[in-house]
Amino acid sequence: MAIKTQPVTVNLGPQHPSTHGVFRMRVMFDGEEIVDVEPVFGYLHRGSEKLAEERTYTQIVTLTDRMDYVSSMLNNQAYILAVEKLAGIEPSPRGVWLRMIASELQRIASHLVATGFLLQDLGALGTPLIYAMRERENILDLFEMLCGARITNSYLRPGGVFMDAPAEFWPALDRGLGDILNTVDELETYLSGNEIVFSRTKGTAVLPKELLINASITGPMLRASGVDWDLRHRAPYDYYDRVSFDRILHTASDNYARYWVRVQETRESVKIIRQCIEQIEPGDVRPSFDEVPRLIRPPVGDAYAAIEGSKGELGFYLVSDGSIAPYRMHVRASSLINLTLLRDMLIGGQFGDLFVTFGSVDLNMGEVDR
Amino acid sequence: MTTVWSGGALAEAIEAFAPGSVESSAGSDVWLKPESISTVCEGLKIRSEFKFDLLSSLTAVDYIDHFEVVYHLTSLPMNASAVLKSRVGHGRTEASIASVVPIWRGADYQEREVWDLMGIRFDGHPNHKRIMLWEGYPGHPLRKDYVTYDQSIASTAPGAADSLKGAE
Amino acid sequence: MTGPKLIDPYGTPAGADPRGALQSITLDLDRTEGESVNKMKSTHLEPFPDPVLEVPDDLKRSVIVSSVDYLLNWARKSSVFPLQSGLACCSFEMISAAMARFDLARFGMEAMRASPRQADLLIVAGTLTWKMAVPLRRLYDQMAEPRWVISMGVCATSGGPYYQSYSVVPGVNHIMPVDVYVPGCPPRPDALLYGIMQLHDKIRRYSLNGQAAGRE
Ligand code: SF4
Repeated sequence: MAIKTQPVTVNLGPQHPSTHGVFRMRVMFDGEEIVDVEPVFGYLHRGSEKLAEERTYTQIVTLTDRMDYVSSMLNNQAYILAVEKLAGIEPSPRGVWLRMIASELQRIASHLVATGFLLQDLGALGTPLIYAMRERENILDLFEMLCGARITNSYLRPGGVFMDAPAEFWPALDRGLGDILNTVDELETYLSGNEIVFSRTKGTAVLPKELLINASITGPMLRASGVDWDLRHRAPYDYYDRVSFDRILHTASDNYARYWVRVQETRESVKIIRQCIEQIEPGDVRPSFDEVPRLIRPPVGDAYAAIEGSKGELGFYLVSDGSIAPYRMHVRASSLINLTLLRDMLIGGQFGDLFVTFGSVDLNMGEVDR
Repeated sequence: MTTVWSGGALAEAIEAFAPGSVESSAGSDVWLKPESISTVCEGLKIRSEFKFDLLSSLTAVDYIDHFEVVYHLTSLPMNASAVLKSRVGHGRTEASIASVVPIWRGADYQEREVWDLMGIRFDGHPNHKRIMLWEGYPGHPLRKDYVTYDQSIASTAPGAADSLKGAE
Repeated sequence: MTGPKLIDPYGTPAGADPRGALQSITLDLDRTEGESVNKMKSTHLEPFPDPVLEVPDDLKRSVIVSSVDYLLNWARKSSVFPLQSGLACCSFEMISAAMARFDLARFGMEAMRASPRQADLLIVAGTLTWKMAVPLRRLYDQMAEPRWVISMGVCATSGGPYYQSYSVVPGVNHIMPVDVYVPGCPPRPDALLYGIMQLHDKIRRYSLNGQAAGRE
């Protein structure tokens, strides 16, 4: 007997345990099937871009921390690269190596959080998330050694970083990298071949790669569809041309592929950090204050710099009018742009897949709304 | 390494297929006439010498006497990037430009954001409404002439609330 | 008038494809929401006074009342259920506090509730924007008394790094009365735990006959 259904519209969020913060969407269901979705943004819009116009170039580093708060170091790096490009600052080699180590550690932490929450959304309440967060705590401990802060680091400065790593950082880092690999192995043993994970994530929310490119989607989402596009490889910034790593690709472009790409990328990050440790040399971590003063006055002009963030291309567009504060700052927020295809991913899917698909995008509300 | 199109070369190449659409060029930037943005972007995406299939970023800057819409394009097959700019809203009149959503869907939320925060209208956008702020918000905060007049903040300073009441 | 169509399940004509219909009919809902945000922004100008507890002198000496109080307060303080709601960066420190290392379960608080009706404690963890203030006040109103509020981080306390931003509430005490403020940007999980212990102290001082617990 066919059951007759009528479309019904439900509001999800902004307070919802699975929306990763204050995300809200209106979803129209027809029975179990999703027929339409409308995301509603702005519940965390804090006006960072306007506030940046009133702060000096160094002060803005603190604002960038708080945008994507699970990958602060990467935000710092993208912003600092834009400032260096705008003001023509030559960074100190040791500072660059240190910030590469920091941002790769942050990428691991961010991918672990994404994986943990994805599995939480899949119904694995608690355990995978606790495992992922346990490892993240160790990474945060390393950050605390570097700069004294856990989440809002503000570690980077134009030209390098503000402080050298203490002596006890290096053995701790070495131990930490081993632990990370263990945790990833552990997670993979439990999850990557898990029948439930397979049946829930394989073949759901498949996106063709032409559509992904057309919708400006970058990062692990794009690589999960088989497009070899990683800015660390295609447009190397900092010293990424001096390290070698594999680009992780998957061709299925479904929820499982996105999960898989993230897990494998953590291993590549560990590889990159090991190479950084080998190549780092003693020296200054930032240029002296004669070369790069505290109050930077870049020449009139504009600059756009982008890095491969944990979620995709993370870019900063800065316009200078020659004063100590930028005339305009714009953030190319990968989290926001990666949501462009949310409707295409969800429409036609089942209610049960809604939050799995949503989690596989890996978004961060601080970056979506800024 | 990504090749960056220089403004002059790109302007020449654009003029070749869309005559009369370039306003000027300098450094790595090309300024386009706002009315020709759709044609040029269409060409840049499809034509085999450019293949700009990914719109990296779309934003706008308020230069007091006009607004500038900035497009950062990336070509995945050619590993190249380019910057397009377009001046609209001279004399702070109603600013508007054609939407590029039909060409790159990635422009969807970015154009809504520019409309919300900068107040530039994108003609032909499929869902042209505010994205970050709420409906009924007065003004567009990223404009340079936007005054952050916030009663609630004024009232947190001691005595400020009384002075406001006196002014009424 | 397209508003009711959305709620009325029979509004969509049979056979019509409802795909893509949603975003064209929700503008009215957005307007209504915008009105409520504007209303909240123009009415919540002054902060609520912080709730202070005073135990009347004559009650202090009453043995029966105070021992019932003691038992009740002990039970309340040992099972404060927080609402699972994070706003911004601070929520990650709140999650860390609930995870293995800091282990919120030691305080009988591991049961993070997704529904405000089952929660006693609202931890405002992060930046509160005017747009979010309306739903957050709604959540607070839905919580059963006695209820408590912890403002975690400088954003929730005063606006913090976003003070004077055009969309940020300058302190969550403009929206609801706050029992404990935890400073920091973000406060470490230890700091949050300390704030929770302060709240426990406060709960211990509630009295059955005196001031009702958690009242504004
Ligand atoms: S207090 Fe700091 S860490 Fe907490 S929400 Fe505000 S900016 Fe983020």
